[in-house]
Amino acid sequence: MDETVAEYIRRTVLKIPRDEIKMMLQKWGFLSEAQLQTLNFHQIKDNISQEVVQLCEENAADIKQAAVLDIIYNHTYQNKRMWSVYQMRKTGEELEYFDLTDFKKKFKRRLQSALKNVTITFREYEDDAIWIRVAWGTPYRQPNQYKPSYVVYHSQTPYVFISASVLKSNLPLLCQALIVASNYHDIREMELRSHSLNSLKDIVFKRYSQNFHTYCPKPPQARAVEPGSVDLRIINENRSEKERIQRLNQEAFGDGPQPILQFAQYKLETMFKSSPEMDVLDKKEPFRCLVKFSSPHLLESLKSLAPAGMADAPLSPLLTCIPQKARNYFRIREKKGFFPESFVSP
Amino acid sequence: HIATSLPLPSERDHLRPRIDLIVFVIDIKSKCSLKNVEASLAYVDASFFLGKVCFLVTGVGRVNCCSIEPNAISKLGEAYCSPVLFCELELEGVRVATAQRLLRMLQICAGLVPGFSALSFSLLMRNSADD
Repeated sequence: MDETVAEYIRRTVLKIPRDEIKMMLQKWGFLSEAQLQTLNFHQIKDNISQEVVQLCEENAADIKQAAVLDIIYNHTYQNKRMWSVYQMRKTGEELEYFDLTDFKKKFKRRLQSALKNVTITFREYEDDAIWIRVAWGTPYRQPNQYKPSYVVYHSQTPYVFISASVLKSNLPLLCQALIVASNYHDIREMELRSHSLNSLKDIVFKRYSQNFHTYCPKPPQARAVEPGSVDLRIINENRSEKERIQRLNQEAFGDGPQPILQFAQYKLETMFKSSPEMDVLDKKEPFRCLVKFSSPHLLESLKSLAPAGMADAPLSPLLTCIPQKARNYFRIREKKGFFPESFVSP
Repeated sequence: HIATSLPLPSERDHLRPRIDLIVFVIDIKSKCSLKNVEASLAYVDASFFLGKVCFLVTGVGRVNCCSIEPNAISKLGEAYCSPVLFCELELEGVRVATAQRLLRMLQICAGLVPGFSALSFSLLMRNSADD
């Protein structure tokens, strides 16, 4: 077995938390059950990984099998990576039957014809997701297994989720291979990024609970009881205001759990508006400013701003439109013409 | 009764009992909190300031997050002749102790402690603070 492969397997096993190693090796299926029985999972990880490499040596593992273990690790810990969403477009409306083998063949062929040294691995999962791992090399160097790109493609949708490696130069090639293999016309990057892959899927597949405006008001029993305010001796003087905030919040965010996003970024290219006496910017250039909101769970924290009294309700539509518009990176420019208000660029 | 600001909504005027003590809660981490209290003070009848008003400053546990000068609060207390209590509502022990203090003050202000009026209590508080 190649030394580089051995080292790669060893490092991959070291990444896995000790309690999960056995389960992941079982999912991998490269080592037999008998071999797994010989492993002592109660020693320090260094020793466990050495033993695993020994067993892989016996089975003559190559880079292809090692790559599968890497995909399994990244599928389990997918939220460690940052994912971007890309949307593909077709010219016509023909619904072609998706052939997985054909897709894989075309994808491989496209990449390998452009770049000889690539390692491409596929793995399909039950939710129709196709995971693709690509390790990139150059015409003169073997692929760098430690900086691969991951692609998640749901064949019934035009969306692709990419976690690119640091080597951004390979991105155009990757995109090209994807559209060729899936018979689409072109691909564009959406302004939507997050660590939580499932939340990104929820947003683009519209699986989160959206609020639909109905004309029948909700019956009183359906309203959630606020925890902690059951004591009848406490009288809230501003109850109607609280209820108004609650109602506006519900209209803006809906009832269900929010998709998990970590950032919202607004790039302002608007003019600085000051009173004429101040005359701050005499050049009348757009005032460049970047506003970034960050949180472990951005939408949930935005939802709790108004009820906590930290912001006025209703919240700015720039904040509440994030799931509907499926973007969390915005560019705000001046609206040209008679009414100098800002608008959100497409 | 809890409210976010004064004046109180007028539609509930007929449902409200007599008010014996007004506690203004100021969050030391938020300048808005102080501004809100200062604005609300204008709606309080002068007779309340004879011992029936108290300022409760919370959030003092986090020294790094103070947005309001302690001086500003002491000045507020002096200007309105009312005691200022400092506490940290996020700690359960302090919360319970503060609640007990406020309850005792309320008893005095409601006239439930014989021989002791709200005014005499506030003078007592002020004198001991100056020492």
